[in-house]
Formats: sequence, C-alpha cells, structure tokens
Amino acid sequence: MYKVNVGKKILSANEEYALKNSQLLTEQKKLCLNMISSPGSGKTTILTRTISDLKDKIKIGVIEGDIQTEIDAERIRATKAPAIQINTDGACHLSAAQVNSALENLPISDLDLIFIENVGNLVCPSAFELGESAKIAVLSVAEGDDKPAKYPSIFAKSKAMLINKIDLLKAGVQIDFDIERAKADARKLNKGIEIFPISAKTGEGLAGWYDWLKREVKKLRL
Amino acid sequence: MHETMIAESLLEAISAEAAKQNAKPVNARISCGTLNAINDEVLCFAFEAITKGTLCEGMKLEIEHKPMQGLCKNCNESFKIDLSCLRCTKCGSEDFKLLPDAPLLLEEIEFQTEQ
Repeated sequence: MYKVNVGKKILSANEEYALKNSQLLTEQKKLCLNMISSPGSGKTTILTRTISDLKDKIKIGVIEGDIQTEIDAERIRATKAPAIQINTDGACHLSAAQVNSALENLPISDLDLIFIENVGNLVCPSAFELGESAKIAVLSVAEGDDKPAKYPSIFAKSKAMLINKIDLLKAGVQIDFDIERAKADARKLNKGIEIFPISAKTGEGLAGWYDWLKREVKKLRL
Repeated sequence: MHETMIAESLLEAISAEAAKQNAKPVNARISCGTLNAINDEVLCFAFEAITKGTLCEGMKLEIEHKPMQGLCKNCNESFKIDLSCLRCTKCGSEDFKLLPDAPLLLEEIEFQTEQ
C-alpha cells in the first residue's frame, strides 16, 4: 500500500463553471441573485410581484430551477419577463453548468437583474456556488422561527434574508413565529445580513426590499 | 442529498488519479468545513452505491470535519465555533468575525501495491 497526496477541490468542475458565470456577469455588470429556501416559502410569488412592481425601473430575467415541470417559468412569463426553466430530474440543487447554459439563452444585455430561483431545499443548494453576485435566503413564517438556528449554512452565506408571509401573523392564525428570534439567530453567524420581513401577498414590507434591489443594481452601474 | 453529487465528483477525481497511478485505490481521505453540511453516513452510502462495478468498489472513505473558526473582536483570539453556543470560548464575547470555512477537499488516496 502507498499513499498519494491529492489536495484537490472535490467540486472543482462546478467551481470552474461558477467562475465562468461570475466573469460573464461581472463583465456585463449584471446583478445575479440566487434565491434559496424550503419548498413553498413563496419564492415565485415574491419574484412575480417584484417583477411587476419594478417593471419601469429594473429589467429582470429569471432562471427557474425545479425537479419537474415548467409551472414556475410560465408564472414568470405571465409577467412578460423572460424566464428559462431548468428541470433537474431529481437533483436537489442547481449546478453552475446548468446556470451557464441558461444564461446563454437569456437576453442578458437587455436585463439589469437576473434571479436564479433554486430548487426548494434549505441545505443542498447552499453547497453549490453558481457564480451569482449574492445568495438570498427566503423563509416563511409558517416554517418556524428556528430555521436560521437549525440550517446555519444558508443563512451564514446569504447577503439578505426575506421573511415572507408576515400577513399570516396578523390574520389571527395560530403561528408561533418570533421575527426577532429569527433575525437574531441569522445575525449570530452573519452580522451584516440584510433582513426584510415581507408579505408578497399584501405588499407589506416590499418597499425596503425594492430599495435594496435598486441600490444593488445601481452599485454595478457605477 | 447533495452528497450524491459530491460522491460522483469524488469518483471522477479518484478514477483520474487511479489511471495515473495505474493502481487500485483502497482508501481515500477527504476534509470538509462546517458549511459544506456533509453527513458522513449519507456520503458513504452514496459513494458505495455509485462505485459498484467500478475500480473504486469497496473503497473506504475517511471524512475529516474541520470546525469553523471565529475571531473574537473583544480578546482578538481565534476559537472553534460551536453552533449550539455562538460565543468566544476564551472570553465569552458574542462579538466575533466568522473566518472562511474550510473547502471540500480530496486530501489523500491510498493505493494497493502491485503483487
């Protein structure tokens, strides 16, 4: 028996594509946000509402990741924004190579901002860099306020966090969700994380999220 | 479940090195950081399943978890992060900076010597 020192990154193939994506986005000065959450947190609703509300200010395109179906891309296209659907056929996350081919099929030069809606899963997508400008963690109040403590990886890596469906907290529904606890747990590992409690349904809190998006897009134009 | 894709990449990397060495790999040691969120049992199961019928069949995986480190802004010491108790282990301060997490690395492969 003999040993060989390798010292190689195991996900280097994914990282090469992530680097290509990142170079393309940087050259073209496009903001690209990778949205990560559990299934059903409201990512697609947040995106359709954001696209419609900002249509005169920011031009948005979307890369949709799902295990199956074109349902989400069709919801995005109904807003007139371009959307590319990726079906992962069982895989629990998007890979940088998949995003690379989707970017080739989006009219990037006409866009300011590209959202990647990752496969609904709080763990796996956080382990695969896609070449995005930043990750955004999305959490909905029905999931419980302990998620940042239980799934630290995604909250530690995200630039911003959306706490969605806050309208449920006021609707007389029995949900024990302490927004301050979720915020404090997310900030323990990530002091600078921007946090926006929102309701994509009623529109509450969205102004802060929109201002942040406008600022981030503007930073790239300078 | 991301362990499945990691197992596939691992198989590719080990197979490439085995072709260079022209020898049968027996053990491999990998290392990962906390944020790679690797579950040992799931990774070993996935690796065992996808290596069936390949040169890597029957290989043993050794997985080393490198703890996340924090740098305390109060006492300026670095310390191991305990996710269940997020404070400096030396002075107890909660004011610290997270240091970059360890990457997922294939560290070493052990090969069988030709008989």
